[in-house]
Amino acid sequence: MALVVPGVRPVKRRAVRRWGTFTPLILLAPAMLWLTVFFVVPTFSLASQSLQTGDIDNGFVLTWHFQTYAEALGRYWPQFLRSLIYAGSATVITLLVGYPLAWFIAHRSGRFKTMLLVLVIAPFFTNFLIRTLAWQIILTDTGPVTGFFRATGLIHVLQWLGLVTSDALLYSPFAVISGLAYNFLPFMVLPLYTSLERLDLRYLDAAGDLYANGWNTFWKVIWPLSLPGVVSGTLLTFIPAAGDYINSKLLGNTQTVMIGQVIDAQFLRVLDYPTAAALSFILMATIIVMVGLYVRAAGTEELV
Amino acid sequence: MNWLRKNLVVIIGLLVMAYILIPNLVVVVFSFNKPTGHFNYEWNQFSLDAWLDPCAAPGMCDSLGLSLWIGVVAAAVATVMGTMAAFALGRYRFPGRSSTNLLVFMPMATPEVVMGASLLTLFVSVGLESGTTTILIAHILFTVSFVITTVKARVASLDPALEQAAADLYATPAQAFWKVTFPLVAPGIAAGALLAFALSFDDYIVTNFNAGASTVTFPMFVWGASQRGIPVQIYVIGTVMFVGAVAIVGIAQAIGSRKRKVDA
Amino acid sequence: MVEGATRKATGELRLVELFREYDDFVAVNGIDLDVPPGSFFALLGPSGCGKTTTLRMIAGLEEPTSGRIFLGTDDITNTRAHQRRVNTVFQSYALFPHLNIIDNVGFGLRQLKVANWKTKAMEALELVKLADRAKQKPRQLSGGMQQRVALARAIVNEPEILLLDEPLGALDLKLRREMQIELKRIQQEVGITFIHVTHDQEEAMTMADTVAVMRAGRIEQLGEPAALYDKPATAFVANFLGQSNLLPIEVTAVAGDRTTVASHGTSLVVESGAIPTEAPDGLRLGIRPEKLRLVSANDSVWTNKLSGEVTDASFNGVSTTYLVRMPWGQELTVTQPNDGTARATLGEQVTIAWDPHHAFVIGAD
Repeated sequence: MALVVPGVRPVKRRAVRRWGTFTPLILLAPAMLWLTVFFVVPTFSLASQSLQTGDIDNGFVLTWHFQTYAEALGRYWPQFLRSLIYAGSATVITLLVGYPLAWFIAHRSGRFKTMLLVLVIAPFFTNFLIRTLAWQIILTDTGPVTGFFRATGLIHVLQWLGLVTSDALLYSPFAVISGLAYNFLPFMVLPLYTSLERLDLRYLDAAGDLYANGWNTFWKVIWPLSLPGVVSGTLLTFIPAAGDYINSKLLGNTQTVMIGQVIDAQFLRVLDYPTAAALSFILMATIIVMVGLYVRAAGTEELV
Repeated sequence: MNWLRKNLVVIIGLLVMAYILIPNLVVVVFSFNKPTGHFNYEWNQFSLDAWLDPCAAPGMCDSLGLSLWIGVVAAAVATVMGTMAAFALGRYRFPGRSSTNLLVFMPMATPEVVMGASLLTLFVSVGLESGTTTILIAHILFTVSFVITTVKARVASLDPALEQAAADLYATPAQAFWKVTFPLVAPGIAAGALLAFALSFDDYIVTNFNAGASTVTFPMFVWGASQRGIPVQIYVIGTVMFVGAVAIVGIAQAIGSRKRKVDA
Repeated sequence: MVEGATRKATGELRLVELFREYDDFVAVNGIDLDVPPGSFFALLGPSGCGKTTTLRMIAGLEEPTSGRIFLGTDDITNTRAHQRRVNTVFQSYALFPHLNIIDNVGFGLRQLKVANWKTKAMEALELVKLADRAKQKPRQLSGGMQQRVALARAIVNEPEILLLDEPLGALDLKLRREMQIELKRIQQEVGITFIHVTHDQEEAMTMADTVAVMRAGRIEQLGEPAALYDKPATAFVANFLGQSNLLPIEVTAVAGDRTTVASHGTSLVVESGAIPTEAPDGLRLGIRPEKLRLVSANDSVWTNKLSGEVTDASFNGVSTTYLVRMPWGQELTVTQPNDGTARATLGEQVTIAWDPHHAFVIGAD
């Protein structure tokens, strides 16, 4: 069949989109301007800062001093590594405890669903710091939690793992990691809940019908389908946890110092801006590389 | 045994809920404490002192007012800008869309300490004095991405046929937006605004970088108190915020479900 | 601007040289069409044939690249969707989830500032037998009910033309049959011009009084359902509307209203009027399976006869369908009513026959 019929070609063409093309630009302009001026530009100014030399009294000059990076990493690699380990451990813990909770809320809580969701989010409204202070009270030496760990001998397990150094729970790696896990748990539970709630329970019947046992059903059906929630939950937990220093400062000791604490001190107390900027950059780059590899490995494009 | 296997997830779920809520319970309980020293770590004696005079801790109520004000302003600005951007990203295809998405995602993937530090270097280099303005700029920055993400999800899930149906039923583009699109996206906008407020109100790290010496937000006040001595009033505020949040959402839910029942 | 809802409907639609091009393909490639007022018109075609695009251009949801659209004598090509006295029943129904049923149905009337919108909306709901659901939200209704609400929401505005975009696509078979009858009843009751887009040939033929078969952005053939079915003009129409057996033929002799043709060496008779005048080469003879008869080998009543072997027989209750292989390898489909006559068996040599009046001839594609 001929596609072009002589004589009936369009005589007059009109622009189909009209001014609609500019609508997204106008809508995006304020937010993108804000993000550019206050995020992209500062990132460059931070990059420039990290390559400057000088001091706070005489001012800093851009000298392309890359050595600051080597020096900063050489001096602070233990805090750096510790941050990644603590944040990683906290992320694994939140995933392990958050998954059953998310499943419970999504499929087993009945009419209490909304109430439970509210209670998961509500701690957000009590200040982050106040909640961390509450952990000080919970883990205090004379408190029942410490008593329980001592009575059951669990404290020795923690000692053997290197998570506590004495017979006290407070001011230890154990306290820091459990504080981190506690503080970021809602960030894990909510995306997991969203993913699991969407999951049609009939898949489970179908899997059972195809002779999968409970474990296989979980690994082959539920887990892959919840992966988007797992990915955004772990990112939303790991990223802020890696840069956090409130938990390590309020619940830890001098041996639990995390990189955020170092950056904060270098910027605001030592006033060594180049070192602080270099450390910030290393942290950011590490996180971006890890997130990139992780997202690729998990095989999902949907971020957050 | 079989019972345990069937209900294991419920038991674990309830235990994890306890993990989430116990610190809040501790905050509530200790707001009624009468501590012996500066630090409110051990239970001593029941007292209503802090509840009867919540502003007794010097500077606390000022810092609370400041944080509430910053939270409201930052959330309002971030919600307006974020909602606009979310509509653009959720409904239009245009060149540069994926790099725009990346720009939105990056602030969420940046640790607070890095964001605070880089903003400080910018403010120092342009000579902008730290204070309420710099705090607002920072808070709008780190909340806007969350608003965009929240609202965008809602916009993207909207059936484009709904707006076309409105146009088909004699609604002008503006009428279609306000009568159909906006009411359907509104829950997402409300959620985004609430999230922005919560994030702003809760922030210590970024604020601490950009507040300067004389501006003290509530989290900064709490931080300072944790170093010098913790007034019981802090726990009173913590309790009010927690109970208030639960109550507001609870009431909203109750109204929603009653409305549904009336409709049915 | 839109005039009052009370305006007398003309309901006549005219499309003139309508084109819609996208960056990489042509969705609608020159359509000229007149839809008389008060008719039930169906646009029928496979997916991607441009029928939905055509419908959306009539609704004003899509702009034509070129061409004109007339409603009565008014050129509405450049008006927007909300300015056209045309309403649509969307494929997904597109009911507003935040409004209850009565507010959904009254949406258009309120836009048109009709004072007694509530009464009218209730009347429309009564027409689709859903008056008792007025206060419910769309999600509380079943798919079939939502479909009827969508219909009520459109017809309540008394549009000049009602557009239906595959409105029954999401319903199950039984419900679809019921709704076909229901739609036809409503159309006769309200007298509005219906333009119905569908890929279901049976649906189109059941409901419409005129069917336009579309293919690759153009109207391939237009006519009453029976005429299209009995005398398809092209192989595409012949196969899209039911099944056809097509045999290549050459004209050997013309004698008045009877023309003799040859197909694979067999001489056959067709009506002279069936032969298209403009395409004498590559002619094909078409016969519907149910027009073929199994006859005895020494029959002398039927003029057109072919013999072959039964290679497949499937019994479907009312009828039995056979595949009969011709000496040249082609398999013809034959449907016989189960009227008590003996059924052929697999492998049996049979003779099939048909009346020249029941055959059609199509030209090369």
